[in-house]
Amino acid sequence: MADPTAPLPEDAKQWTAKLRKVAEDAFPPSKLLPDRQPAYVASWIYVFGVLTLASLSFVILTGIVLALGGPSWWHTSSTGLFVNSLHLWSVEFFFFFMVVHLWGKFFMAAWRGKRQLTWITGVVSFLISVGAAFTGYLSQQNFDSQWIATQAKDGINATGAGSFFNVMNFGQMLMWHITLLPLGVVALVGLHVLMVRHRGVVPPFDRDGEVQNTGGRDGASSRRELSGEELAESSAGNAEAAVASRSGGDD
Amino acid sequence: MLVKIDPFVAVFNLSDPGRYIHWGFIQISLGNLVVILVMVVVFVAAILVPFRRDEGKDG
Repeated sequence: MADPTAPLPEDAKQWTAKLRKVAEDAFPPSKLLPDRQPAYVASWIYVFGVLTLASLSFVILTGIVLALGGPSWWHTSSTGLFVNSLHLWSVEFFFFFMVVHLWGKFFMAAWRGKRQLTWITGVVSFLISVGAAFTGYLSQQNFDSQWIATQAKDGINATGAGSFFNVMNFGQMLMWHITLLPLGVVALVGLHVLMVRHRGVVPPFDRDGEVQNTGGRDGASSRRELSGEELAESSAGNAEAAVASRSGGDD
Repeated sequence: MLVKIDPFVAVFNLSDPGRYIHWGFIQISLGNLVVILVMVVVFVAAILVPFRRDEGKDG
């Protein structure tokens, strides 16, 4: 029986068909979720991107639990205080891992090989994360948050930025913290990961030009490293990848 | 004399005012400085410590 959802040739000019083709060309399943990574990924420095993502998952998960309980719960209940602490410490680890990831990618010049958008989405998501953390500290509802809010208000007043973003307005800061900024972080981190999958993990300097399509031309992975000659071929357009690592590391 | 030890007490006294390091125009809290130094140590270790490879198997 024919698949009723299979695309028809006469529909090829529709925008849905065109968009689907662009998405399928940019992100074939073997690229989106590869089984193997290039051999050079077998280094601890490549692990910090995934550690950052794991921390972000904890931040979001604990944030959702805090939102369910509300401020009176996280201030008075021992479980609430525990989840509140988990939220704080996952943020601390998130920034710790993200900074080490940033240093590693900076010294690798990870924007090489048409990876500018990967780099830029990483930088901007870092900056938005700083804002998200800042509004989080303002939302603590304790003396610490009052101190931070008044100091920040002085600082922002000194820049002449006005009061649209009013750090002493608790409701506004809480809304920024739990809706706008997390949406920005998640959207940009999602785009960042997609770009990593699209362009591949940046190779070391001495293997620049290596093709990063870990799925290979037809989805079949090679299990060996490329020789110098093969590297030259690969940079000339041969999409056979150098995949020799079973590591779970990622960008 | 027996001393009662609370297992949940903080290693450092967190109720005291924070300690700050001054170096010229640079002022940083001791806690932040420690975190930055740990990040540097972890960064260097991530580059130097060998990553375990499953050499016995292909790939």
